[in-house]
Amino acid sequence: MAYTEEELKKELETKEYEYGFYTAIESDTLPKGLNEDIVIAISKKKEEPEWMTEWRLEAYRIWKKMEEPDWANVNYEKPDFQAISYYSAPKSADPNKSLDDVDPDLLEMYRKLGISVDEQKRLQNVAVDIVVDSVSVATTFKKTLAEKGIIFMPISEAIKEHPELVKKYMGTVVPKTDNFYAALNSAVFTDGSFCYIPKGVKCPMELSTYFRINEGGTGQFERTLVIADESSYVSYLEGCTAPSRDENQLHAAVVELIALDDAEIKYSTVQNWFPGDKEGKGGVYNFVTKRGICEKNAKISWTQVETGSAVTWKYPSCILKGDNSVGEFYSIAVTNNFQQADTGTKMVHLGKNTKSTIISKGISAGKSQNSYRGLVQVNSRAENARNFSQCDSLLMGNECGAHTFPYIEAKNKTAQIEHEATTSKIGEDQIFYCNQRGIDTEKAIALIVNGFSKEVLNKLPMEFAVEAQKLLEISLEGSVG
Amino acid sequence: MDLKEKLISSFMAFENNVDVEHPVHDIRSNAIKNFEEKGFPSKKNEAWKYTSLNSLQKVDFSIFPKEENKIEYNDVKKYFIHEIDTYKIVFIDGIYSSYLSETTHDGVDICLMSSALTKPMYKPVIDVYFNKVAAKDESLTSLNTAFSKEGAFIYIPKNKMPKKPVEIVHFATGNEASLMLQPRNLIIVEENAELQVIERHQSLTSNEVLTNSVTEIFAAKNAIIDYYKVQNNVSTASMIDNTYIDQKDKSVVKVHTFSFGGKLTRNNLNFYQNGEYIDSTMKGVTILGEKQHVDHHTLVHHIEPNCESHQDYKGIYGEQSTGVFNGKIIVDKIAQKTNAFQQNNNILISDKATINTKPQLEIFADDVKCSHGCTIGQLDEDALFYLQSRGIPAKEARALLMYAFANNVLESVGIPELKARINKLIAKKLGVNLGFDI
Repeated sequence: MAYTEEELKKELETKEYEYGFYTAIESDTLPKGLNEDIVIAISKKKEEPEWMTEWRLEAYRIWKKMEEPDWANVNYEKPDFQAISYYSAPKSADPNKSLDDVDPDLLEMYRKLGISVDEQKRLQNVAVDIVVDSVSVATTFKKTLAEKGIIFMPISEAIKEHPELVKKYMGTVVPKTDNFYAALNSAVFTDGSFCYIPKGVKCPMELSTYFRINEGGTGQFERTLVIADESSYVSYLEGCTAPSRDENQLHAAVVELIALDDAEIKYSTVQNWFPGDKEGKGGVYNFVTKRGICEKNAKISWTQVETGSAVTWKYPSCILKGDNSVGEFYSIAVTNNFQQADTGTKMVHLGKNTKSTIISKGISAGKSQNSYRGLVQVNSRAENARNFSQCDSLLMGNECGAHTFPYIEAKNKTAQIEHEATTSKIGEDQIFYCNQRGIDTEKAIALIVNGFSKEVLNKLPMEFAVEAQKLLEISLEGSVG
Repeated sequence: MDLKEKLISSFMAFENNVDVEHPVHDIRSNAIKNFEEKGFPSKKNEAWKYTSLNSLQKVDFSIFPKEENKIEYNDVKKYFIHEIDTYKIVFIDGIYSSYLSETTHDGVDICLMSSALTKPMYKPVIDVYFNKVAAKDESLTSLNTAFSKEGAFIYIPKNKMPKKPVEIVHFATGNEASLMLQPRNLIIVEENAELQVIERHQSLTSNEVLTNSVTEIFAAKNAIIDYYKVQNNVSTASMIDNTYIDQKDKSVVKVHTFSFGGKLTRNNLNFYQNGEYIDSTMKGVTILGEKQHVDHHTLVHHIEPNCESHQDYKGIYGEQSTGVFNGKIIVDKIAQKTNAFQQNNNILISDKATINTKPQLEIFADDVKCSHGCTIGQLDEDALFYLQSRGIPAKEARALLMYAFANNVLESVGIPELKARINKLIAKKLGVNLGFDI
């Protein structure tokens, strides 16, 4: 149906967060605050071995000495870390239960989210490790994966069942000392996913997890570790939605990817945490550290669609350590109302003949601020490094802002680096052209935005592409003034 | 005593030599307070992430130059664009040299900052313009403001154009083991007036020199200003150049910066577009070798609608040199229909050279066209082969390609004699003689 632009604008402003509901499930929550006892208590609740408890305590001690960073181009009230409960597990969750035994309330919640486990099962090609407030409640397709030797389980289980792998790799890409939020996460992470693909195995399905913050006042600190052994391949999906709450919620995740020789990891994210209402009240703080390391001939590809969160602070990065390794970053960041996003990537070229590609599309509407911050670093021994970066911004309305902060550091004369950025709005002539051919304004805008983001949307796996497009529509339609 | 303490304590002595009744006195004392509070910027400061002033702060610089040191025109002739007639404002060790200069009050004022600051007839102009566009919270600019006493003063009234370009030349003679200079320039071009300026800083010995210069430029409605900075100093001379430009409706200001020499050069070039239909252009060619360091820091603030800005910086870095480019474009909410372009291309020709570049955009208006592009690369092997296969030796072929690389910037130089001079400097820097000019 044909809207006028004004109507569209109005509709968007009044559009409530579709996934903003709260499921009343009894939770097992630790008292608010953070100290060594809490860290030990978390570790105990997760029945962790001693080395893990020590690891957490060390991280906590490091964190205590650190200061919260404020260099990002975002303004927000600093969270009070003593007012957060660091552990909250749905009481009815029991990892041993089969899918059919899962709390019907939870299943209903997933149905509302549009990722019903049943449907996933029917699709037969997505294994979901669903995380609700820190504890995995359902793991599907474990058997199919196990036949291939693929380990895909909550990290808390992996700590118990595969300590040698966790010990060897955890903290190697994102050390405890890396930054304030990574240290915090290392101390208090409650759950997340662990994935190991053995040598030469091509994972037959897209691995997928769904994170969700449910209990009010709890932070979600998940930890993901993906290891692709030599010559293996995995495509990993991560999706987030959070219910509507007034209090700002903190989300500080750490994701570590390890691609050994000739391996390939494709990591896709659709992030739709609650962005706050149209007055900028509430919303999730999303401070995430994501990083991958590429050994020889390995490839890591990050794809992200960021539509949610009140404040986003996120830089999925690649360390191109091995010769001939490849890093890719494809991102769409959409901000509306009072959202603030400071996102981008770091490509660190260490090996010879390393290549990286950065495609970043920022779309700002309402009173939001959208920043791209990226670093391309070519070290002196990285012969023939190649980088191509492109960041385009689309502004809708004159109250939002688009910012670009690219850092480019080259120390090798054979490096070839290109960076380009543009900022523009949807041209009246473009809309006119569409109108002239019988396409109404709303459709024309959708068409243009779709075209603008296509390079990134194309990189998403099929399973996500539909959801991502839907999210873009929700976040953007009608915000063109 | 470190440099900061020395500067602060010297301020008292400085005050004894200037008129403390003058309104500028308050500006100076506020400025020194700000400098005292902020000190020299460190690498922790985001704007100084890639440039360290630490080594300079260890040098025991003389703050007040001694007596005028005579130099013969013939000895320094080569540093002027002597092929053409120009107005000249020449300083030797920071002190005005009437002997080498050629100033005028004929319809336009091309004279000295010291006279503008002391003579009552200039007081209205100083009240309106002095320290109005220069940053008040930036420590090095404040430092210059505190010690502002001498420099060039140019006032072009409505509808006037000086008969010839103006050269501002600073010589350092090395009569001090190490010398710090703080020239302060004020340039005002009124409605429909025009001006061409060439600025150069030259040290004549290998004694250490640090120049912390501030230039304020005001371009009124329809004014046209062409400003050329030639930086080809010896490798013991360091330069911090702070240029602030305030533009009004339909004015056109171009600044070209040619950086071929010096130990450490930092160019802070700031454009503020306080009007509509303004055109701002900043271009630069940087060719470095040895351990030289050049940091180009540009800012264009689009405050009003319908304006344009163009930036084009080319850099060729050899040996152990370091280049920094940090370009920032800010487009305010009301500055609709802004066209802002930024281009930075770099070639690394040595394994030990480094380039850090950060082209930044901060945009708050939606109906704008802003783009920036930045590349780091090498000379095209195929192109080199092509030239060599046609009998051009490798060295010349490389130089030819580098010339072509820099040509975009050279093309827009409006004084042919200056262009020829820059060509020669580039040829010298590349170690070839191509026998033609571009």
